[in-house]
Amino acid sequence: MTLFFHIGRYFMLLFRVFSKPEKFSVYGRQIIYEIYSLGIGSLSIVSIISVFMGGVITIQAAFGFSSPWIPLYAVGFTTRESMLLEFCPTIVSLILAGKVGSNIASEIGAMRVTEQIDALEIMGVNSAGYLILPKILAAMLINPFLIAISMFLGLVGGYLMGISSGACTSYEYIFGIQAFFEPWKLYYSFTKVVVFAFLITSVASYFGYFTNGGALEVGRSSTRAVVITSILILIFNLILTQLFLAR
Amino acid sequence: MIEIKNISKSFGDRKIINDVSFTFYPGKTNLMIGESGCGKTTILKLMVGLHSVDEGQILYSGRNFPALAPREKQDVRKEIGMLFQAGALFDSQTLEENVRFPLDMFTHLTKAEKLDRVNFCLERVKLEGRNKLYPSELSGGMKKRAALARAIANNPKYLFCDEPNSGLDPKTSIVIDDLIQDITREYNITTVVITHDMNSVLEIGENIMFIYKGQNWWVGTREEILKATNKELYDFVFASEFMQQVFKASRS
Ligand SMILES: Nc1ncnc2c1ncn2[C@@H]1O[C@H](COP(=O)(O)OP(=O)(O)OP(=O)(O)O)[C@@H](O)[C@H]1O
Ligand SMILES: [Mg+2]
Repeated sequence: MTLFFHIGRYFMLLFRVFSKPEKFSVYGRQIIYEIYSLGIGSLSIVSIISVFMGGVITIQAAFGFSSPWIPLYAVGFTTRESMLLEFCPTIVSLILAGKVGSNIASEIGAMRVTEQIDALEIMGVNSAGYLILPKILAAMLINPFLIAISMFLGLVGGYLMGISSGACTSYEYIFGIQAFFEPWKLYYSFTKVVVFAFLITSVASYFGYFTNGGALEVGRSSTRAVVITSILILIFNLILTQLFLAR
Repeated sequence: MIEIKNISKSFGDRKIINDVSFTFYPGKTNLMIGESGCGKTTILKLMVGLHSVDEGQILYSGRNFPALAPREKQDVRKEIGMLFQAGALFDSQTLEENVRFPLDMFTHLTKAEKLDRVNFCLERVKLEGRNKLYPSELSGGMKKRAALARAIANNPKYLFCDEPNSGLDPKTSIVIDDLIQDITREYNITTVVITHDMNSVLEIGENIMFIYKGQNWWVGTREEILKATNKELYDFVFASEFMQQVFKASRS
């Protein structure tokens, strides 16, 4: 029962979020601010994670392919496929669900419990639109770039690890990451990224927006936002993968 | 003019507001007084639609607010300035941005005009030159005053102040009271002030509603309040030794 209550209230909130803004210039400024805070703010953690992930995958691939029948460029190939298709879009989005999601939920939740949202409403501002729409749009715009950087750094990480551990040569790795490349798979990856960006921001905003109580509840909303967003990311990952890749 | 007619509100099975009717006049500071927890803030929140009324009408110059469509409600709200009991300043914005917010949102003023207006409002609440401070860098009383500056920034037709001078020293408190009264008269605003400070009541109370246990218990002016015979009102007004002294002095 409560599940349906939340789903209904979530879509009603989205309806308000996407109603016509009072003033586009104000929203535009907010979007730029959010791009900065959600995007640039996550750059360092995304970079670090990507380099390490790329490195680990390369070692694992090299370890698995110890048979002489498998060419060594397979290491680069495997690293590329796993990074581009799964690790960068999904795992990085999961990390962002933790970082950005909890951030959004607690920010909006705190605004709720200190009556700042009420203050917006009383001024005649559509608080849902003003607070949430810029975040959703900003994340949907900036996350693909974050993930693209993540993909690049993942491959760099793989390269560094592959060469330094002697798993493969520079030539083989670079040949491997270019081998059998099918560009349409990037559509699949980036569709996931955009969908996840929407989920992270909208669901976290939902939990923040409907916080009631005090500081304790703000913390609770933020935890709940991260858990639910992560689960939704996994579910939608499965659905989108089935849609795109099923033969 | 705002008229509230027979409004009631329950939270769960506790009836907090019971059949309250009152008229708030333009150009006057209308006061709601009463002891802590009697329902003053709740009435204010009912009036602006933050809580929905169970029964009754709230008429803004004839428009019945609870019955309006969301868009029309928004239009009425653009004419409202509200000072929340706890300030409710936007934490992520500086003082200047806070006060400028309604101007950014609803006017087409130029940058310079907005800045002028912001500085004017900040000056009136004695916060001139503090433009770049964040709410976390302000004292409690300063937050109150900043919130008042934001409430009056966009020339509201209706001004609601929930305890504008709690947490202020007596001198600043009088400045704020006078400010509220001045702008009310100057721009013919319908002002509603909640207070339990007797000083303010005697200073600016032109049309007073005393609320007792969620009911409209007594209505009158500051001249009448000292002579009122109503038991609960008398207990409220003369709770302090000081007020009793004032009363005796005024008699003799
Ligand atoms: N959202 C709410 N849910 C349940 N009860 C509430 C709610 N808001 C207020 N109340 C109850 O309504 C009563 C009146 O509260 P209100 O805030 O209106 O008091 P007040 O007159 O403004 O008091 P004060 O002078 O201390 O601010 C209180 O008993 C409070 O417990
Ligand atoms: Mg109150």
